[in-house]
Amino acid sequence: MIDYLQHHRIQLALHTLKEGRGLALLLLHGLGERSPSILPAEYTSWPGPVYALDFTGHGYSTIPVGGGYSCETLMADVDVALTRIGPSTVVGRGIGAYVALLIAGARPQRVRGTILLDGPGLAGGGSTSNPYIPVVDTAQLAPPDPFAIAELATDGRPPTYATYFAMLAEKRSDLACPLSVCTFEIPDWLSAVMDATSANKTTLEHALKKYASQSPA
Amino acid sequence: MRIEQKHLRRNFLYANKAPMNMLTVDQTTDESRFFSFPGARAPDRQRRVDSSGVSLAVYEWGNLDAPPVLLVHGALDFARTFDVFAPLLADSGYRVVCYDHRGHGDSDPAALYSWVTDERDLLAVADSITMQPMPAIGHSKGGALLIHAIQALPHRFTRFACIDGMPFRSPHPDSAMHERKYMTPEIIDAWLQQRHTAAVAERKPGSLQELAHRRARMNPRHSMEWLCYLVTQGARQASDGWRWKLDPAIRPGGFGPFRSRWMTDRLPGFPVPLLAIFGTEEEPMGWDITIEQIAPFMPQSGRLVVVQGTGHFIHIERPQETAALIIDFLQS
Repeated sequence: MIDYLQHHRIQLALHTLKEGRGLALLLLHGLGERSPSILPAEYTSWPGPVYALDFTGHGYSTIPVGGGYSCETLMADVDVALTRIGPSTVVGRGIGAYVALLIAGARPQRVRGTILLDGPGLAGGGSTSNPYIPVVDTAQLAPPDPFAIAELATDGRPPTYATYFAMLAEKRSDLACPLSVCTFEIPDWLSAVMDATSANKTTLEHALKKYASQSPA
Repeated sequence: MRIEQKHLRRNFLYANKAPMNMLTVDQTTDESRFFSFPGARAPDRQRRVDSSGVSLAVYEWGNLDAPPVLLVHGALDFARTFDVFAPLLADSGYRVVCYDHRGHGDSDPAALYSWVTDERDLLAVADSITMQPMPAIGHSKGGALLIHAIQALPHRFTRFACIDGMPFRSPHPDSAMHERKYMTPEIIDAWLQQRHTAAVAERKPGSLQELAHRRARMNPRHSMEWLCYLVTQGARQASDGWRWKLDPAIRPGGFGPFRSRWMTDRLPGFPVPLLAIFGTEEEPMGWDITIEQIAPFMPQSGRLVVVQGTGHFIHIERPQETAALIIDFLQS
């Protein structure tokens, strides 16, 4: 089932992969991907409902005219979804992992644990910003929006910026370890996060069990 | 690098806050008097440019076959704020081309706004003028956009004049201190909350004079007559009053990881001659930068000019003198 949520001039597609009660699990896809249409096997043991969100310009969500993407806009996509589904554990692949980190720092009361997975768009454009204006191949079929591919693969992700959001999450969450890193790829921003916080490498299975067990009554 | 101090005479646009003058502006019910302003001239041509599906309003002053110069406005502004300044350049033999940024003035609003799309829009307008390199002038954010665009594509530009738009917001090095100051939890929360309501947000209607007074909070050095003229160009009139055209989804200030020092650190290698003009008086839209801060980053060929007694809108407070400075720079 897909519900459409309004985020500014965008209609966001929120997929319900499993209905239920209790703490929700929210899946965020990687750059250029879309949400799974059925519940992936690794999440079948999650005790509560499971949702997946198509980011702006991806899957069944609106493709905006003329680009303008940022990870902060995708963070706001997630904020709109969390407003609908309530407190959730957030699992992000690739760029979804970076966005999950941002929303964990921005909304520590709504995000009950963040799990970072490998996937497209994890690194972004690196630690700084090159004076570069991406040329977009608009002849490509969409979705995904070619502007999203061009702009979100080249955005700067300063390690200090990512660390700041991780510290906000750690400082303001009532979870002992709100961030779980399950990636093999460790870009500079993630390395800095792991150096500065309690975010440690673990497995997806372990992280899911940990956050499910800490679900508020 | 040259640093120059200019002590220029005040002219008619400098803020006149005399109560009698304010009273006269506020008391009148004849709005037609505000549709003109001494020295202001409507563009000679208007056209539209498509930038990746977003339609931009483009304005030109001067002969079509004159040497072109691209003029870029600042945040929350619009092209017609150059109605006095641009004709002065045009009358000196230039084809002056300006445009409304997306979501500003008569350009289309967009679902998303970003620094890169603003630069892409700028280049779409540049492409519509000429594929040859040309000079450019930017005010405030328009200057910062041009600095980044020129650093990215130096072969497209010949000279650059920057009117209080040199990037130097934070003295802090690349550390978490930057975020603690500019991305507090409260700022993040307010930004996210605004995303929830932006789709249905509308500009508040009011009388022409009320809109002028609202703008005066951000532009306190402008005269009420000038601000009222700006309303006639930058707002729309409906049955319930005037509303600024600016997309209500657009918020002042940046949000995100972008650091102005990414551009500042590259200034010593800036690829074209650079004239940077500064005022001396602080005001809300100012960039909080002094020549002492930026001077170490300026290229050897750069020229810094300080116009004493002006604020952020130097070209509006002293249009003739600013135009003369820039024309001299373009022709040198």
